[in-house]
Amino acid sequence: MSGILSICYLVASVTFILGLKMLSNPATARKGNLIAAGGMIIAILGTIFLYENDGKKLGNYPWIFSAIIIGTIIGTLAAKKVKMTAMPELVSFFNGMGGACAALISIIEFDYLFRENKMFDSTFFSHVVPVGHYLAIIAGTIIGSISFAGSVIAWGKLNGKIKDFTFKGQHLFNLVVFALVIFFAIYTYQSDVKVANIPFFITVALALLYGVFFVLPIGGADMPVVISLLNSFTGVAAACGGFLYNNKAMLTGGILVGAAGTLLTILMCRAMNRSLKNVLIGSFGGTAKSAVGAK
Amino acid sequence: MQAVINFLHENIEAVYIVILMIFLGIEIIGRVPSVLHTPLMSGANAIHGVVIIGAIIVMGKAESGNYIALILGFLAVVLGTLNVVGGFVVTDRMLEMFKKKK
Repeated sequence: MSGILSICYLVASVTFILGLKMLSNPATARKGNLIAAGGMIIAILGTIFLYENDGKKLGNYPWIFSAIIIGTIIGTLAAKKVKMTAMPELVSFFNGMGGACAALISIIEFDYLFRENKMFDSTFFSHVVPVGHYLAIIAGTIIGSISFAGSVIAWGKLNGKIKDFTFKGQHLFNLVVFALVIFFAIYTYQSDVKVANIPFFITVALALLYGVFFVLPIGGADMPVVISLLNSFTGVAAACGGFLYNNKAMLTGGILVGAAGTLLTILMCRAMNRSLKNVLIGSFGGTAKSAVGAK
Repeated sequence: MQAVINFLHENIEAVYIVILMIFLGIEIIGRVPSVLHTPLMSGANAIHGVVIIGAIIVMGKAESGNYIALILGFLAVVLGTLNVVGGFVVTDRMLEMFKKKK
């Protein structure tokens, strides 16, 4: 049975590539979107009915189906009812949901590792979990959380609920927060299995904080570029999940979006006659100028 | 250093996929006209919704007593579905708009 599932994932990966290719040409764009959607349905149905973990099929079908039905209803309604002008903010919102999904998967997988190992007498987390496995989990958590928090802020900014917010030394502050995220990610791996969950959840909180402060100072006009960047982040977070489950569809889809999204971000900057660096730290120049003007 | 080499060796297949996909992703959208930037972003957004596969796996293997995994997994599947369904429907609506203009 798992042979058929591999074929499902192969078909899905090919449709993602084809879909993205067709999306970049006006004549075929709509068809490309439908092809990618078809591949996604194959991958999802295949996973639900054919996936086996150590010879055991998946359970909790009522939970899975009710979650999918809820998500489908809300997603379809939101996408159908939205005004044409509000579409970019909706894309940002959906992107944030994808990021949150990736982060939640990694958090649950961490929780499994933590429960499995906490009965052992004080050994280090690094002794019981291979580094590649931990890297996939922690990278998925961090990137997913940043993408979630950032996308929600971008969504709020585009619909006018959140105002630009800058303070002096914000850039330095962001760098420090990011350094702390990395520090706690490494610290978690080096700590005792019994208490490894504390630094892990500090890492999650700091990553969320970083996502918020990463997007907050960026001006509203630059939001589409930032959304595109966060989009590619979520792609990478999805690919981390692909590493975790050794799932080729997640890996190809994630990395494809990660790479294409990064290039798209650069192309969008170029179309606006700005550089990415300019967009990301441009708010600095902006505030400095207005401050000078005020004098 | 040895750990890195071992890691690469054990996952060499995945490493190949990653590298090839990076080149493919860049190559594929290299010549996109700027009117299609937003729909392409939206389409890519829907495609990374493939993360829902991970959510389904996590949800499906959660034991019935493990409420943290059940609740968070349920939430993950809902959010993942939102990403996939919403993403594709929004992209389709955007592209529909293009057609009308012509």
